Amino acid sequence: MDSHNIMFFILAALILFSSIACVLTKSILRAATYLFFALVGTAGIYFILGYTFLGAVQLMVYAGGVVVLYVFAILLTRGRKDQLSQNTKTKIFASALLSLAGLGIFVFAILKGNFATNPLAAPNEGILSMNDVGSSMLSTGDNGFLLPFEAVSVLLLACIVAALVIARKR
Amino acid sequence: MENQFIFTLLILLLPLASFLFLGLAGHKLSHKAAGLVGTICLGIVAVLSYYTAIRYFGSPRVDGAFQPVVPINISWLPLGKLSFDMGILLDPISVVMLIVISTVSLMVHIYSFGYMHGERGFQRYYAFLSLFTMSMLGLVVATNIFQMYLFWELVGVSSYLLIGFFYTLKPAIAASKKAFIVTRFADMFFLIGILIYGFYTKTFSFDFTDAENARNIAGAAFILPTALFLMFLGGAGKSAMFPLHIWLPDAMEGPTPVSALIHAATMVVAGVYQVARLFPLWIQYAPETLHVVAWIGAFTAFYAAAVACAQSDIKRVLAFSTISQIAFMMVALGVCTEATTGHGHEGSLGYMASMFHLFTHAMFKATLFLCAGCLIHAVHSNEMSMMGGMRKYMPVTHWTFLIACLAISGIPPFSGFFSKDEILSASFAYSPVMGWVMTGIAAMTAFYMFRLYYGIFWGTENKEHHSAHTPHEGGWVMTFPLIFLTIFTLVAGFIPFGKLVSADGQAYDFLAHFDWKLGATSCLIALVSIALATYIYKGEKQPVADRLQAAMPRLHKWAYKRFYLDEVYQYVTHQIIFKHISKPLAWFDRHIIDGFFNFLAWGTHELGFEIRGFQSGSIQKYAFIFLLGAIVLIFIMIL
Amino acid sequence: MIQINCLLILSAIMMFAGIFGFLTRRSTLAILLSIELMLNAADINFAVFNRFLFSGQNNDGFFFTLFSIAITAAESAIAIAIMINIYRHLKDLSADKLDKMKW
Repeated sequence: MDSHNIMFFILAALILFSSIACVLTKSILRAATYLFFALVGTAGIYFILGYTFLGAVQLMVYAGGVVVLYVFAILLTRGRKDQLSQNTKTKIFASALLSLAGLGIFVFAILKGNFATNPLAAPNEGILSMNDVGSSMLSTGDNGFLLPFEAVSVLLLACIVAALVIARKR
Repeated sequence: MENQFIFTLLILLLPLASFLFLGLAGHKLSHKAAGLVGTICLGIVAVLSYYTAIRYFGSPRVDGAFQPVVPINISWLPLGKLSFDMGILLDPISVVMLIVISTVSLMVHIYSFGYMHGERGFQRYYAFLSLFTMSMLGLVVATNIFQMYLFWELVGVSSYLLIGFFYTLKPAIAASKKAFIVTRFADMFFLIGILIYGFYTKTFSFDFTDAENARNIAGAAFILPTALFLMFLGGAGKSAMFPLHIWLPDAMEGPTPVSALIHAATMVVAGVYQVARLFPLWIQYAPETLHVVAWIGAFTAFYAAAVACAQSDIKRVLAFSTISQIAFMMVALGVCTEATTGHGHEGSLGYMASMFHLFTHAMFKATLFLCAGCLIHAVHSNEMSMMGGMRKYMPVTHWTFLIACLAISGIPPFSGFFSKDEILSASFAYSPVMGWVMTGIAAMTAFYMFRLYYGIFWGTENKEHHSAHTPHEGGWVMTFPLIFLTIFTLVAGFIPFGKLVSADGQAYDFLAHFDWKLGATSCLIALVSIALATYIYKGEKQPVADRLQAAMPRLHKWAYKRFYLDEVYQYVTHQIIFKHISKPLAWFDRHIIDGFFNFLAWGTHELGFEIRGFQSGSIQKYAFIFLLGAIVLIFIMIL
Repeated sequence: MIQINCLLILSAIMMFAGIFGFLTRRSTLAILLSIELMLNAADINFAVFNRFLFSGQNNDGFFFTLFSIAITAAESAIAIAIMINIYRHLKDLSADKLDKMKW
């Protein structure tokens, strides 16, 4: 068991704990905080996979941007406590049962699927260099993603405008 | 030749335009303006009709006969070999009918100014009159039997509208419904007849001489008696032949001018006109059936005359007299025996006689009805008992009524004598029995007409009623049509009708063939009847009449009640048809058929109500159900 | 040795945690947080499959995750704008109260 694996288990424990705590906690601000940890853990997973750029983006956009946005929104709406307990017991029970059943099926499918792959080896730095990412983003052809890149930029612009229009005071 | 008569299209279009105008914009006009519009349109139509007649009968004969003219004939609904056409056909009988209709209609239009003065819905009344006139004109100039049927139904509708004109009065509504339903019932047979005819002959056209049509018709000879008789049943409905006559007496609930126009002169002769129109087929392919028609006509004539002797409502008397006279025309058509006629016209004299009687009858019966209208206008009642001694108050009405009575009784030199005499000689030519039967009925006609005449103008005066409200003439708009039509009645007998209209188109001078013996006999019998009526009914007191009534109470009551035929109908329709056929059908319809659909609707509604809960608007419930479905699907797929 | 199964199960747990939150939370903002969890779980799967199955062949999964993150950011911005707007009007963000648009 090398450091690689230890790291993975730590991250996995973090993600599991934060995810579950995120949906179980009573305070919505705390839920946002747990979400933040889950996202950070995910970024760590990306690092382990060798996708360092993706991990960085995850940290910056998700953990840094989106969560902060949520926190602002929660505070703006006077972040009332999310009264999880006010839901009927049957509803919570049914939801939990359904989720567990779904999870069971997923796990069953994953184990039964039996992907014949090599286990993840030591972290390999150059699996996808920044150069490759940049040239892929701005090229066309087999490994080019220029069109989605441009589409996303238009989408982001549209979102900025839309968010302003929707949220502005009348 | 054809194009010279294209203006006849106006004869149809003008009343239609007047109807549309008055119907749509009439309520914005004053009574006077609306009446004037209708009357002027009709005036133009009348002038055009006369002009058409002069032009048509002035045109040269071909082979001694006037040729039919078709100024316009458009294919309206082509259906394979069959084609429903719309057009105008001018031949002697349609031209004569044009004159009859436009004259009477114009007179009624003028007369209504006085009679309907101040009535609510005056404009509507004129709109309906225009509609009726248009339909009737369309009927007579139809180029084919389908067009005829179309206008035939339109005539029925406008008759319904006019009978029910006083739609706030219960009897008027009942009468209009009765008239419509009875005639519709008969029209069903007409339609079936038309369909059979069209199916076998592949043509609807009245052009029987066309080589192809003639061949097709000859090929369908076996079915023609059936088809023609079915069509006759339709005509019997419109022309009030026994036993489909029951609507006509009730139709008298309509305004009196309407009765004069529709239920005396024009619509009720549609059946006669129809038989005359198809006469070439009848005489060639179904002479035996034609004689059945004659006997139906004879019985109707007798029955109606008998009932007329006992009625006390003057319009009812006139209605039954109309039924009787129309039956005379049917008889005249029915006694024809030969297709080809020489100059003797032995076999098909009845055709000419029928048309002639139609013409004269329209004039004098319209006069009678308009006179009755004047009387009703004056005393505000239909009952004879409210009248009596009216000759002092209403001289014009008195004289015109008298002349019309003489005409219908068959006294020379009035027009009725000539036409009735033709019918009688045609009947005698067919069989002496028929001849004597018809002579007897003619005598009854004279009797009941003069009973009516004396009852109104002589007899016991209802002084109480008259002193409260002195009867008077209705002004020139009401007397002018009377005088005008009376003049027609006076001179119409001398029109050389046989030269214009006859079965084969050849000129026929009936005066040259006049049977003086027969004429004298019928005249004598009529005079005897009149004398009898004078003896019984002229005096202030009527001891003979009372004694007769007392002697035969049952007969009088039966005749007064029209031999309970209406009750029989009532029984058959209500007790048998409604109770045992319609009611179970209605029950079936209401409970089984409607029930089924109601159940479907109810089920859908309930189901919708049940599943409405799914549409809670709660996103989480949607998600829950969606997820449940997804998991189940995945579960199924991986298993 | 990190097997692919470990990562997939991890993301599945994250996913169903999100689903559970989605189904039980009352505040719409909390529901949005749960949606973020689910999206994140999906992103992990993209990256994992790309890394384990197609490493060296193509980078579609990688870029899918990248664009997904961008779109998530955009979606949150819009969603939060809507929430704030709703809050302004109704002073309440409970999902079970926001059912005026049903039927």
